[in-house]
Amino acid sequence: MATLSIENISMRFDLPNGTHVQALKDVSLELQTGELLSVLGPSGCGKTTLLNIVAGFLAPTEGRIELNGHVVTGPNAERGMVFQQGALFEWMDVRGNVSFGPRMKGQTEPEWAGHVDHLLDVTGLGDFKDKAIYELSGGMQQRVALARCLANDPDVILMDEPLGALDALTREKMQGLVLKLWKETGKTIILITHSVEEAVLLGERLLVMAPRPGRIHKEYNLPFADMGVDADLREVKHAEGYADTREEILEMIWDMEEEIMGRTEDTQ
Amino acid sequence: MIGLLILGVYVAIFTVSFLVVRFFLRRSVQDYTSLKTVTFGDESAVTSNRIASIVSVATIFLIWGSFTGSDWVPGFLHAPGPFVGDTSFTYTLETEDGARDDATVSVRVFDFGETAEKFTVEEGEGIAKNDAVAMSASRSTTILFDRNDEVKRSEGARVVAIDGVEIGDSGSIKTAAGRFALTDKGAISFAPPRGLQMEPIWLPPPEAVVGRAIEISNEGYRDSTLWKHLGYSLFRVIAGFFFGALLGIPLGYAMGLSNWFRGWFEPIVEFMRPVPPLALIPLVIIWFGIGESGKIILLFLASLWIMAISARAGVSGVNISKVHAAYSLGASKFQIMRYVIMPNSLPEIFTGARVAMGVCWGTVVAAELVAASEGAGMMIMVASKFQLTDIVLMGIILIGVIGFAIDILMSKAENLLVPWKGRS
Ligand SMILES: Nc1ncnc2c1ncn2[C@@H]1O[C@H](COP(=O)(O)OP(=O)(O)O)[C@@H](O)[C@H]1O
Ligand SMILES: [Mg+2]
Repeated sequence: MATLSIENISMRFDLPNGTHVQALKDVSLELQTGELLSVLGPSGCGKTTLLNIVAGFLAPTEGRIELNGHVVTGPNAERGMVFQQGALFEWMDVRGNVSFGPRMKGQTEPEWAGHVDHLLDVTGLGDFKDKAIYELSGGMQQRVALARCLANDPDVILMDEPLGALDALTREKMQGLVLKLWKETGKTIILITHSVEEAVLLGERLLVMAPRPGRIHKEYNLPFADMGVDADLREVKHAEGYADTREEILEMIWDMEEEIMGRTEDTQ
Repeated sequence: MIGLLILGVYVAIFTVSFLVVRFFLRRSVQDYTSLKTVTFGDESAVTSNRIASIVSVATIFLIWGSFTGSDWVPGFLHAPGPFVGDTSFTYTLETEDGARDDATVSVRVFDFGETAEKFTVEEGEGIAKNDAVAMSASRSTTILFDRNDEVKRSEGARVVAIDGVEIGDSGSIKTAAGRFALTDKGAISFAPPRGLQMEPIWLPPPEAVVGRAIEISNEGYRDSTLWKHLGYSLFRVIAGFFFGALLGIPLGYAMGLSNWFRGWFEPIVEFMRPVPPLALIPLVIIWFGIGESGKIILLFLASLWIMAISARAGVSGVNISKVHAAYSLGASKFQIMRYVIMPNSLPEIFTGARVAMGVCWGTVVAAELVAASEGAGMMIMVASKFQLTDIVLMGIILIGVIGFAIDILMSKAENLLVPWKGRS
């Protein structure tokens, strides 16, 4: 049974000057429970727009999203979101942030404490429970964002470049953590990234999108995420097919970027 | 003249203390800043120099004490004071027919605060008779020298010289005794040396101000003690600010969250924002009188717009990701209001509160200057009418100190309650 189905989504932004932007055109996709989909594409191809539609922050101009058989009409706790940065609540400590979802549901501390503290330990935040958000490094803050999302036990986790602001080393560690959490929890995940390497490493399925209008360009099914669950991510990079896949996608995106540049030059 | 001199002394102390500290008190602590090679233009390398602050405050008191002849400043640091004591000069009287005679005028100059008691001297021989004059320091006096002379001014007598120095009709001369001039009617106008000190009526010495403060805090001024006056002012500020915040913050929230509210109140807020609260004082007095309610309403208006604007900015400034995240975590609209938008707006509200308290404090003093029966502003206003400069100065100093204390308290509260401010 398809848990998340994205059906013929089109999104058109009407601009104040009378023109409009076709951010998405006829995007369809089905995700099974527990699948990890990574989405790549040149910037401006509608990745964030697609994610916002799935999250329920935007209503598509055409098409619809269905989750577990019912139509998505707005944001909801069944679809959790991890943002790049700036979405944590600075006025709460780490534990306060992670327990936010359960508390909003009206759970009392004894009800959520076990689950939340377990997640804090799993994400390596055990010693930072009582720290203020602004005392944490960028990597630690993203761990909090992940834990906060998981604490709410959503069916689908949507991530918009969650590791985009981190340095290379921290990023690698966090990629490992994402894989580990994915396997442990069995959540359906959509991960937007602008790093081809990250998309290939983490995506069980990989979607390359093309711009103007935003649409699905190509889809891959990749074995590397499963390998990475038990192995070192660095070793996975030496696995057969990894380098080729990466190069192929890189080239594809390069060509698209070039085409965009060409088009802008033409219009000038 | 004295002003320039004081400025000169001030600049000299500034420069000398800077050079002294720089060359003799080299930095002995090795902190991180001392390792920086680039400090010019590095804002974080600039901290307030404690020594400079202490010397700065000490300098102000030193100059104040020195130019007022304060007992708290050793005598050798005093600026030359006005002449006090006995002095005398001779004037040469010439009658219409050319006869001349000298007479001595004994002058007794009394210090500030003493009453000039009259005294007498031997009149002596000749047409011109000796005179005795009592006067106050730093003043000039008109001497009707001919009251006891045998030939009066009305009979054609006139003064031609003082201490042997010829004096013209309208000219003035200066001798060791002081400055002399002849008035239109020929009387002698005499001013002993004034020195460089300020008269207490312009600037009382610091001990007089402190003495006044103690006196007023014990005995009161205009039916209320000092604490009561200050307490009234503070109470008005706190009450006005309280109501301003009570209405302003929800108003700002409403404007930040609803198109209709924003559209409705924007013209009002934008119009009232640039109107200085001081300009409202006359209207408030006309409408509400000079009593307590008028003042509190004035301060309420002064803080209302500031609080509304800061609350609106706090709401509008919320990162939409935070709101999205909260929705995705299952929060309801009310919960987002309570747990995201309100705490997120606190830093802005605190900034606004700090500004509003400052404005209110300034406004309350101004309002009390205009009309009040108690309060810090009323105290200095009434005192100024009686030329009680020490009370005026004391009032100004206390107003400054309290304003400063309010700001420090607000910033401490801010650090305690919104520690994440500016760090996200
Ligand atoms: N709210 C909006 N109003 C107008 N245009 C928008 C809006 N959001 C996105 N767009 C446009 O839609 C296109 C896709 O944007 P986005 O989804 O952010 O791309 P990506 O995340 O892939 O970089 C861009 O051309 C962008 O300018
Ligand atoms: Mg994007």
